[in-house]
Amino acid sequence: MGNAFRRITIFIPYFWLLVFFLLPFLIVFRISLSILEYGSPPYVPQFDLSAGWSGFWDNLRLLNFENYQFLATDALYRNAYISSLTIAFFSTLMTLAIGFPLAYGMARASEGLRPILLMLVILPFWTSFLIRVYAWIGILKPEGLLNQLLLWLGVIDAPLTILNTNTAVYIGIVYSYLPFMVLPIYATLEKLDYALIEAAQDLGCTALAAFWKVTLRLSVPGIAAGCLLVFIPAVGEFVIPDLLGGSRTLMIGKVLWTEFFNNGDWTISSALAMVLLTVLVVPIVLFQNAQAKATERQK
Amino acid sequence: MSGRWTRFNITSVVLGFAFLYLPIVLLVIFSFNESRLVTVWAGFSTKWYRELFNNQGLINAAWVTLRVAFLSASIATVLGTLAALALVRYTRFNGRTLFTGMVYAPLVMPEVITGLSLLLLFVAIGFDRGFWTVTLAHITFSLCFVAVVVQSRLVNFDMSLEEAAQDLGCPPFQAFYKITLPVILPAVLSGWMLAFTLSLDDLVIASFNSGPGATTLPMKIYSQVRLGVTPEINAVCTILIGIVAIGVLIAAVANKRRAVRRRRDEQTAFDEFA
Repeated sequence: MGNAFRRITIFIPYFWLLVFFLLPFLIVFRISLSILEYGSPPYVPQFDLSAGWSGFWDNLRLLNFENYQFLATDALYRNAYISSLTIAFFSTLMTLAIGFPLAYGMARASEGLRPILLMLVILPFWTSFLIRVYAWIGILKPEGLLNQLLLWLGVIDAPLTILNTNTAVYIGIVYSYLPFMVLPIYATLEKLDYALIEAAQDLGCTALAAFWKVTLRLSVPGIAAGCLLVFIPAVGEFVIPDLLGGSRTLMIGKVLWTEFFNNGDWTISSALAMVLLTVLVVPIVLFQNAQAKATERQK
Repeated sequence: MSGRWTRFNITSVVLGFAFLYLPIVLLVIFSFNESRLVTVWAGFSTKWYRELFNNQGLINAAWVTLRVAFLSASIATVLGTLAALALVRYTRFNGRTLFTGMVYAPLVMPEVITGLSLLLLFVAIGFDRGFWTVTLAHITFSLCFVAVVVQSRLVNFDMSLEEAAQDLGCPPFQAFYKITLPVILPAVLSGWMLAFTLSLDDLVIASFNSGPGATTLPMKIYSQVRLGVTPEINAVCTILIGIVAIGVLIAAVANKRRAVRRRRDEQTAFDEFA
């Protein structure tokens, strides 16, 4: 009886994820090796189950690496990958620069205040991503609120062009992903025993040295988790570069979307997805290890 | 961690929260603007809200979104809770590493990849795109978030409680239903809420997997945003923000009440015992 419960508990979600998570990737991989055709669906060869095993082998013979060769030779795609990684990397650093002091300040607040501050960080996470990105359009556009404020203050004479540039994309990513950075860092800092810092200072450390040697060292797991949580989704981001970026903002999520929806090229989109996944395998595995370790620590 | 709250700490917290909240506050304020120009204040008005109720396309999209979100969150909560149980309780079974990977990977997977791959699956098996494909897609990615939320609660659950019930002759399913589920219920409920808002919010995965007649609200908002900022969209966004804020507030108050009640019950039990 206990075994039946165990079997159901494991089997149902396992089966679901195999069908709706793993199988789709195999199909994407398979289509990335196909040729674009005008038809429905727009690629050849297609699976033909009625042909049995011989059909399967014929199918394999027709596969080719043309899409990947095309990706490798066309500068547009290469630049899109490089620019996605660069934008994601620097916006992760900026998010850390804003997120760490915020998390640190929260952890040092009084015990009664902390749950309220925590709630205030989580709340924007519940409000729509699309809405939060949209809110920045009204602020950043040429006749927008930021330019009005700066003109009124006399800081600038003519409105700045921020919307539809990479700067707007950076602002959008930092803003949207800030809670992802703050929460794991706060979680590690909150648990940190303040007596350790006092001990370091009693033993002759300056406040700065104690911060560097104790606080920062011990918050590394939180910093790592936060950086991965920001970096990985930022690389494949679509909404932010599409709404805030300009025509010159190259990011792979946007290129994939355009290839799929505007050009109807399913095979290139699939190849783009496979390469993006390969690029992200290392950070994703690191993230999973961090998650597994965090679960272990909780026990 | 504690220590003195320095001026530096206060400044970084205040600036951080200003950054997080100012854009949302401005958006809400300008939804009440009289003028069509979103960024020039011309007096208070609720006319954009009134216009929303005449926009049939928007209302239909909202209805589709709510149905998808409700269905997908409910199913994802069941599946996610099972996945969390499997992860925490059964440290050894065939293919556990693969299973763990499949639960954690969707948390960080770029949405364009998830959306594209699910669409290609539905095309390969000849499933027409529409309401159900969006729902299935949402179940798949939100079940992983539910699993993580429930798992963090299950880790601290004392298994000996359930074992005791089973030793006393309670069948495993009943033991789970009567002992474990009530304890982890707050986590299961917040998992449901998270799944619900993730579904409500999703643009990319829905765009790939939606078909005629299944346009969701984010898809509708997105197509209008591309044409420019309008006060109607500010009004829609304000309503959505309001709903979420009220939901979170109710959940917080309910949690607080439950905690107070538990403490009181414990106190009563202690007094009676003593």
